[in-house]
Amino acid sequence: MLRFFGHASYDFIRVRRTAYVVTAAVLLPGLFLLLVRGLNYSIEFTGGTLLQVQSSQPVNVADLRSGLDREGIRGAEIQNFGAPNEYVIRARVGKPGSDANDTQITAAAVRKALDGVLGAGKYTVVRTEAVGPKVGGELRQKAFLAIFLSFFAVLAYLAYRFEWRFGLAAVVATAHDILATIAFIAALRLEVSLTVVAAILSMVGYSLNDTIIIFDRVRENLHKHKNESLVQILNRSINETLPRSILTHGTTLATLLALIIFGGAVIRPFALVMFFGVFTGTFSSIFIAAPVLMAIQKRWPGAAARGHLNPKPAPAPPRKAQPAGR
Amino acid sequence: MFSTIRSRLIVIAVLIVGSVYFLFPRDVTIREPGPNGVMHDVTVTRVPLKRGLDLQGGMHLALELDQSKQVSADPAKDLELALTVMRKRIDEFGVEEPLIQKVGENRIVVELAGITDPARAKAIVQRSAFLEFKITDETQALEKALPAMDRTLRNLGIKSEGAPTQPSAVQQLLGGDSAKATPKDSTAADTATVTGGVLSGLIQPAMATGAGNTPGEYAVPEPAYPRVDSLLNIPAVARQLPRGITLRWSSSPTSVGVQSVRFLYALDDRSIVTGANLVDAQAQIDPLTNGPLVTFELDRAGGRKFGEETGKHVGDYMAILLDGRVQGRPPVIQSRIGRNGQITLAGRTLQEAQDLALTLKAGALPIPLKIVEERQVGASLGSDSIRKGITAGLIGTILVVLIMVGYYRLSGVLAVAALAGYILFTLGGLSMIEATLTLPGLAGIVLSIGIAVDANVLIFERIREELLNGKTVRLAVDEGFRHAMNAIVDSNVSTVLTALFLFQFGTGPVKGFAVTLIMGIIASMITAIFVTRTLFMIWLERRPAMSTLSI
Repeated sequence: MLRFFGHASYDFIRVRRTAYVVTAAVLLPGLFLLLVRGLNYSIEFTGGTLLQVQSSQPVNVADLRSGLDREGIRGAEIQNFGAPNEYVIRARVGKPGSDANDTQITAAAVRKALDGVLGAGKYTVVRTEAVGPKVGGELRQKAFLAIFLSFFAVLAYLAYRFEWRFGLAAVVATAHDILATIAFIAALRLEVSLTVVAAILSMVGYSLNDTIIIFDRVRENLHKHKNESLVQILNRSINETLPRSILTHGTTLATLLALIIFGGAVIRPFALVMFFGVFTGTFSSIFIAAPVLMAIQKRWPGAAARGHLNPKPAPAPPRKAQPAGR
Repeated sequence: MFSTIRSRLIVIAVLIVGSVYFLFPRDVTIREPGPNGVMHDVTVTRVPLKRGLDLQGGMHLALELDQSKQVSADPAKDLELALTVMRKRIDEFGVEEPLIQKVGENRIVVELAGITDPARAKAIVQRSAFLEFKITDETQALEKALPAMDRTLRNLGIKSEGAPTQPSAVQQLLGGDSAKATPKDSTAADTATVTGGVLSGLIQPAMATGAGNTPGEYAVPEPAYPRVDSLLNIPAVARQLPRGITLRWSSSPTSVGVQSVRFLYALDDRSIVTGANLVDAQAQIDPLTNGPLVTFELDRAGGRKFGEETGKHVGDYMAILLDGRVQGRPPVIQSRIGRNGQITLAGRTLQEAQDLALTLKAGALPIPLKIVEERQVGASLGSDSIRKGITAGLIGTILVVLIMVGYYRLSGVLAVAALAGYILFTLGGLSMIEATLTLPGLAGIVLSIGIAVDANVLIFERIREELLNGKTVRLAVDEGFRHAMNAIVDSNVSTVLTALFLFQFGTGPVKGFAVTLIMGIIASMITAIFVTRTLFMIWLERRPAMSTLSI
């Protein structure tokens, strides 16, 4: 029988301070970048015009840019997309007073510029998006609201199925995941599109999934091993679910890798964000959710708060107390 | 319930047959325009899984009432009206399964799949198509008002001298809004020769220039048209015109000799009849001029009114206005006209005439609509996305199969069988609820193949633990399934919760993703809890004496 980490008995809780340092080392530079550079919102959120152009021969970006300048479109982003003859041109809504009509005018001006540079009929516009700034603003608001509300729904469900302390710990871990993911997005300059928001929400679901599976084991072990401290129970639960975690994360990462490599440029940001989310989700389930649950139990003791919550010295690894039959 | 293998197999068979039934390629009838522009039905055979615009190619438009020029008295009612008009127009335009719906309080979303001419579709959606008939003014009201208008302009500090600096001064005075209304090259006005007063220098009665003999018709040099329009729109200037007279521009410039002129019409404010009374409109080719024309038919009440008014105005000229623009030169009313009439469209194509007939027939928009969001995906990009998504899905599936079989051996094979069931049930379920498959949805399915095995992994790991605890194979399997249940249910419910919020907030593609996610979770729970369990039961039934499990 092939089994990874079948007899693992790592003391995860003891290294929690190191884990917090790791978290800070990831989050702080990421959030610094976020503050300094800001997020690269897609035109769906900012309002603006996007044209994806396929030309019959490779195009010089500088020529394209000067053509756009001649039509009065300044500061447009020109990005190679997949193939050398395929480009995405983004012109954001700049001034605050502009309305939806301007994005339509911009789209027409970009086409005119393309006619000038590439020649009419020598290219095809395969994708157009023109989003008014009002629509973009609404969408951004809705996205934040969706992430925020899903928090409370999950908290309520976990409070109902477990108890509020577990729910709170899971939500803290989730908040960590979202922050880490946003830091990741800021560091890679990924474009925040609707699809990326969808990826963040699915990452939240995935990470919660992971946390719940550990908590479920904690709940079970609290009944099964009445003489163990919470620290021992937490360590035991994480170790017992380790083989499952390795395998599920493995298969998930395998499909994500397939998406990143073969899925095409449109879907790649989604897969990248999820790929990162699998790592941060796993990390937070073990090193954030469990220690935070312990801290919460220490501050507001519940039924699960038992034994010495702040172990000094470190307790014997729990598995060693078990019969050798395992 | 379902304690016997036989009853469980029947349930699984029903699920498989159901999924295959919903996925089985069938005949679908599509309405599409033929080469002659007439709609006809085409039957094709295909898998009945609806593809979103991003996979199929097509156009998504979000429209709002444009109240910048005309304020709606009752926006809710006007939006409902616009929605009805839009449905009729798009029905005539002929698109397969168009989506036209109200979103929120003030928005209409139109989704047209697989269209090949987006510009034309946009024009049809946006056109107000408000048809009016007005008698031209015979009192020379504009000529008489011109000196007063020029005086007003002079008082406002707008002079005809120093023309090159003027347009900017005018624009400053008018502010951003009306400057935007004339986006054309405003400096063109500089080239126009200016004599006398500002306006009287630019506006000449058509009769005086020899361009025609229609009363109320004025010629303006085409380059000066934007500037004259903005000057006439200054409220103080517009007030100089007598009550009951309204000014309207011609829809296109006309060549008079070597000069290109734009006709301006002084019209009787009152419409004799409007498009509200129209019941039918057809595009035709005029046998005399070979140009396109649109014939129309009015309803009984409209016909009576039209007849009465035209009877009173025999010998007068009647302007035909579409969306506030005069179409062609106003014809003289030869005799009383009844319910049928025609609009000639000189210099236009037959398709334009067909589009006009289409929008006239569907009715006018109460208030013009503006496009606040537009997304357009070419069909080639869509099929490219599908191909890449399927490639990624296949490779992902192969990797997952290798991992599962390599790690769990024979039990892994059962999990792979369950995975096949999972993919089948997810697609069948999506087809059953007529969900739309979008690109993020496709990615969601690929991703969920990796996640779907989680339930099986949980169960298998649990069985392994029970075996390690020294339980018999049969007991370990039972216990494994029982204990894993809690974790599976809890984790899936929380994922469904986040997916529901995603559905609530998302537009098109993201909604599709949320639906796929929810359907995937349901299918994954069915396969892991029910199908894998049944497969294990069969396995243990056949090998009752099995003491070690290949897991």
